[in-house]
Amino acid sequence: MKKRVSGLLVIVMAVLLFAGCAAEAAPAAAESAGGAALSGTLSVAGSTTVAPPAQALADAFEARYPETRIDVQGIGSSAGMKMLNEGGCEIGMASRELKQKELDWGLESIAIAYDGIAVVVHPSNGVSDLTKEEIQKIFMGEITNWSEVGGINKEILVVSREDGSGTRGAFEEILKLEGDEGSMVIESALIAEGNGAVKANIASKSQAIGYISLGIVDETVKALQVDGAEVTVANIKSGAYGVSRPLNMATKGEMSELAKTYLDFVMSPEGQKIVAEHYIPVVD
Amino acid sequence: MEASIETYRKVENKMSEQAYISRDANNFEGQHQKRMRTETFFRRLFFLSATVAIVAVAAITIFIFVSGVPAIGKIGLFDFVFGQKWKPSADIYGIFPMIIGSLAATGGAILVGVPMGVFTAIFMAEIAPDTLSRLIRPAIELLAGIPSVVYGFWGLVVLVPLIDKIWGGGGNSLLAAIVILTIMILPTIVNVSEAALRAVPKSYGQGSLALGASKIETIFRVKIPAAKSGVLAAVVLGIGRAIGETMAVILVAGNTPMIPGALTDRIRTMTANIAMEMGYAFGLHQEALFATGVILFVFIMALNLVLNRMTHRAGDES
Repeated sequence: MKKRVSGLLVIVMAVLLFAGCAAEAAPAAAESAGGAALSGTLSVAGSTTVAPPAQALADAFEARYPETRIDVQGIGSSAGMKMLNEGGCEIGMASRELKQKELDWGLESIAIAYDGIAVVVHPSNGVSDLTKEEIQKIFMGEITNWSEVGGINKEILVVSREDGSGTRGAFEEILKLEGDEGSMVIESALIAEGNGAVKANIASKSQAIGYISLGIVDETVKALQVDGAEVTVANIKSGAYGVSRPLNMATKGEMSELAKTYLDFVMSPEGQKIVAEHYIPVVD
Repeated sequence: MEASIETYRKVENKMSEQAYISRDANNFEGQHQKRMRTETFFRRLFFLSATVAIVAVAAITIFIFVSGVPAIGKIGLFDFVFGQKWKPSADIYGIFPMIIGSLAATGGAILVGVPMGVFTAIFMAEIAPDTLSRLIRPAIELLAGIPSVVYGFWGLVVLVPLIDKIWGGGGNSLLAAIVILTIMILPTIVNVSEAALRAVPKSYGQGSLALGASKIETIFRVKIPAAKSGVLAAVVLGIGRAIGETMAVILVAGNTPMIPGALTDRIRTMTANIAMEMGYAFGLHQEALFATGVILFVFIMALNLVLNRMTHRAGDES
């Protein structure tokens, strides 16, 4: 009896020993891939839209390289680009294309994901294609009747989101609905709380127009073509569908080993899978 | 207050001591002490439970005022309360449209809901045969138990399209909010005023009938005046529920921060303003939302004070 117990013990210990070896082997392999042991702190700053996936990517990265620390700060796209230029961070995040001024600073950007917003109307609405300019004018209250854009004679009901919503912020930014006086969306717009409430409102009102995240479009509403392009992942990637934006990461000059490895990780299939939990990935 | 509790406790102790004196002297000490310990324990437990409510009210009040008052200072009391524009993206914070929205929706619901509720109560307490009121009462109690988000969703998919079909304009409106709030405050008003009506001594009604008054005359001239304080209490509770309702109103009111000019115009209430934007707000925007809470708080306090005085006066008269 005793013998059998000690025999079991030996087996258990042997298994544990091998498990330990296997666990140690993984980081060793990673290190050899990075050349030397990867360590240090990387500062990533910019758009609050890009920050959530960047943070998720950082967590996964840190789990793989335990000696590293990635600091992600959501401070806004422009502030992030400025900080990058001044050397305050090594990677900047922008939820838009870089401006000429920023390119002149010597910043280089790479799209890590796309963010698309569908412009939706009631399924019975005869209008199925609008230009970006028409959408802008509708939301500003300059176009107030569907007949002005080829529909029936019915007053347009604009449905928007609550102040501070990220989708509203992105929509206003893309359609240039932000003025010096803040949001330019017509004041009498119906305000619905959340993507779901917008969808429910549009689905029950034949004269309404609104915008929702691409992910929650279904058959209860009709997604409009914008400038002739349907809202599909392919059109967003190619840039044909206008109410979308690239989410960029930017760098300046020569990158450190750590920054380079992090960006490679972001663009790797594993990294893009994490990105896909938030937005449309660049690489499938 | 502490002192009076102490004296009360002493008197109480003495009384129970006396009650035990006639008992078996050998056994007395231990038993007595044990019982007294249980007594004290439960008395403290009850006191502690009562304190929780007071502490909670105090904590919430302090928190709201501390987080909201600085914003009112920064924006300016007049600009904040009477400002007609709410535009956080441009740092413009005026909640006058929301104050009007809250008052209009609540006022409308009270205007329709109170007569309807009181009439229902009269019907159940005075007119309906027992079998019928046994059917109505559970229905009303069920109404009280429906969560507000369900009311809101029903309003959004049934009521709002109906209003849109009849009057146009989308349907999300002050009218929709009033209808929903009216239904929501009905159970409170019916239950409280029915209890008040049933509490009126039978002799009042019998006396009135004996003098030759008709049943309806008796109800309006004798019963309702006698139950006035209870009916007013029902109104107070109804207003409290209507002005504080958030979820259902967000779904049906349209939430446009503009002063309504018609029943079919969209409104935003103070509670909706806080609930919708709190998730994203930071900085002055967030403080302004707390400040909206301060104004709402002041409104409810003032309302309670005025109506409390009214109910007391009505109670004194009868």
